[in-house]
Amino acid sequence: MPSSKYTANFSGFIMKFLNLVFVNLLIFCNGAFANGEPKDWQLGFQEAFSPTARAAQETHDFIMLFVWGIVAFVLVLLVVTCVKFRAKNNPTPSTTSHNTLIEIIWIVIPTIILIIIAIPSLKLIYFQETVPESEMTLKVIGRQWYWSYEYPDQGDIAFDSYMKKDEELKAGEPRLLATDNKVYLPTETYIKIQVTSSDVIHAFALPALGVKIDAIPGRLNETWVYIEEPGTYYGQCSELCGILHAFMPIEVIAVPKHEFKYWVERAKEEYSYALPNNMKLANKL
Amino acid sequence: MSDHAPKGLTRWLCSTSNKDIGILYLIFSIFAGIVGALFSVGLRAELMFPGDQIFGGNYQLYNVFITAHAFIMVFFMIMPALIGGFGNYFVPLMIGAPDMAFPRLNNISFWFLFFSFLLLVGSAFVDGGAGTGWTAYPPLSSSSGHPGKAVDMAIFSLHLAGASSILGAINFIATILNMRAPGMTLFKMPLFVWSMLVTSFLLILALPVLGGAITMLLTDRNFGTQFFNPAGGGDPLLFQHLFWFFGHPEVYIVILPGFGIISQIISTFSRKPVFGYMGMVVAMAAIGVIGFVVWAHHMFSVGLSVNTKAYFTAATMVIALPTGIKIFSWIATMWGGSIIFTTPMYYAIGFLFLFTVGGVTGVVLSSGGVDALMHDTYYVVAHFHYTMSLGALFIAFAAFYYWIPKMSGKMYSEKLGKIQFWLMFVGVNLTFFPQHFLGLAGMPRRYVDYPDAYAGWNFISSIGSYISFAGALFFLYIVYHTFKKGTPAGDNPWGKYANTLEWTLTSPPPFHSFEKQPTIK
Repeated sequence: MPSSKYTANFSGFIMKFLNLVFVNLLIFCNGAFANGEPKDWQLGFQEAFSPTARAAQETHDFIMLFVWGIVAFVLVLLVVTCVKFRAKNNPTPSTTSHNTLIEIIWIVIPTIILIIIAIPSLKLIYFQETVPESEMTLKVIGRQWYWSYEYPDQGDIAFDSYMKKDEELKAGEPRLLATDNKVYLPTETYIKIQVTSSDVIHAFALPALGVKIDAIPGRLNETWVYIEEPGTYYGQCSELCGILHAFMPIEVIAVPKHEFKYWVERAKEEYSYALPNNMKLANKL
Repeated sequence: MSDHAPKGLTRWLCSTSNKDIGILYLIFSIFAGIVGALFSVGLRAELMFPGDQIFGGNYQLYNVFITAHAFIMVFFMIMPALIGGFGNYFVPLMIGAPDMAFPRLNNISFWFLFFSFLLLVGSAFVDGGAGTGWTAYPPLSSSSGHPGKAVDMAIFSLHLAGASSILGAINFIATILNMRAPGMTLFKMPLFVWSMLVTSFLLILALPVLGGAITMLLTDRNFGTQFFNPAGGGDPLLFQHLFWFFGHPEVYIVILPGFGIISQIISTFSRKPVFGYMGMVVAMAAIGVIGFVVWAHHMFSVGLSVNTKAYFTAATMVIALPTGIKIFSWIATMWGGSIIFTTPMYYAIGFLFLFTVGGVTGVVLSSGGVDALMHDTYYVVAHFHYTMSLGALFIAFAAFYYWIPKMSGKMYSEKLGKIQFWLMFVGVNLTFFPQHFLGLAGMPRRYVDYPDAYAGWNFISSIGSYISFAGALFFLYIVYHTFKKGTPAGDNPWGKYANTLEWTLTSPPPFHSFEKQPTIK
């Protein structure tokens, strides 16, 4: 029936149009809700936007309680010792060289502290390493010196992502972090990330999302992420990979699920035919 | 001369005297240390501001700098200073032996190292140099990642350095087990001798593994083997396991001799015997043993299985126990003492606190899950420089001030020594403490340029490195000043609590050390 065919085409056209407007708007607004990047004179972690990053930071902060305690204790003890037992204040040294009780105490108390630290540490490892039932997969391939991304369960999407040179930066985009083709991911979705490399070892890292996994040729490493909030998340290659090691950043743009669908539709068109030859080869391997 | 002591070139080039070889090692180590420090100043100058600074876009050269800095500082500065230098000079003296067990082996150990250094520095000028990092992970270090001959030269350099250290270690073990003076039982040995014994076993067990790994890399690069090439059925991770099976004990090889030296110094200047001698010996042995079963904590991000990660986390944390025993025993040695604050004691106390800081950040990093946030960031750089640059290097300085009166017969200037201590102390802390912040914020290591947000702390860090370098240069002046203007030190400038055997000899000791064999009651 011609009319329904026409409507289908029309709605398809509207969808494409909205898509285009929306995605451009999204790109335009990037600066507005960027959150996964370092700040000037930052002292601590980047704010966590995934359960794994938050869990790791909480474990870190918990361990730090003991770390501060131990450092303060040793410092105070040293200062007291140096003042109290300097030659002027204590001309005749004692000859003590053993004290079984105190030697047992300084084995037992550190042991207890270590057990207290070890339990949440081990829990954290099992939490991070147990990849939950995932809703989608992102495949990441490290290369000298850019990243290639594939969305195996979102149709034929695959693209390369290079760092933007200084002169290509838009207002608000950070130097050495912004990329030309950004990785769009849905928020509130369990995403499996598979990482490998086609040449030397790289590492795929997103500090605010608690992701850091090596990209090793001949191996397919796996991790997962669940992004809690929309935003821009930056990361950088974290394993020495040659001369442009510092210049292959990762830029993830997290958008709500329904917006991600729009992006997928658009990306299918934009990226499917632009699949570079080397990537087709890599896919066959 | 009744002792037939050789003179001139024969004395220094063909030396078989442990004392002369020790001094050669020390001179070599100071020279290599300055070269290594120059590399690090180059790195910090590049990182002082965001954007290209001194390397002008030659990023391979920057990578060559980070590689050379690490190799030189580990293999040609700190190990020759603590093991080859002070170990050679003082282990035989402390156990009442006239020399090392195999004097000619001792000689070739040194000269291997000398040519090893030439090969390493030479590699920087061949085919763009080796920009692999000291870890030399394939495939970056394979013929695909580094096609020229530079990496092959660096591998040969490591072979020579490794052979040198293995021969040295055999020599130490033979000397310590066979040549102790009558009455000097194992458990009467000074702690420095114990630390050298443990270190020697670590060297003998760890270095052949490195030798194997780099030989496999060499044949991968040149003869078509595929050990580390996945396309040929190999695995790049195999190299990492082999490397770190050597690499982790290596960090204890660097620090254990220092543990021994610190025990001597703290006991001398607290004027009190070492607290918990047996505990100290057991702790060193425990660190040595556990040090061999924790290597994969350097590899938490490579995709280890979850149980492997859990094991390496737990095992690594255990090392904190013997280390804690040592820290507390040193403080307990000072407690109740009558402390004299000389320059070596300054360095020893500085070491105690700063090594504690480096140790506790090690516990943070040992937690495999938390490590996901810190792995390969500046936090790791800060951590290991707190143990190496503030730990091992401070001990090397402490040992120099402690023993230079014995070695030269001249006393250094306390005033200059303390100025140098404060220069180093301020410099290294300013350099490395801010790197914790950079690491937490996520700045990756081995970066030639960084996002602008990291600029502030990087600037501070660079300033700190210049101050430390000034401290290093000032040290050279102190060496000159000591030899030119030092007052005669006498046989034992430190008093009766410096009671190891080297202080019973003249300063400097006679050619054959002990004219009459000492006996220990």
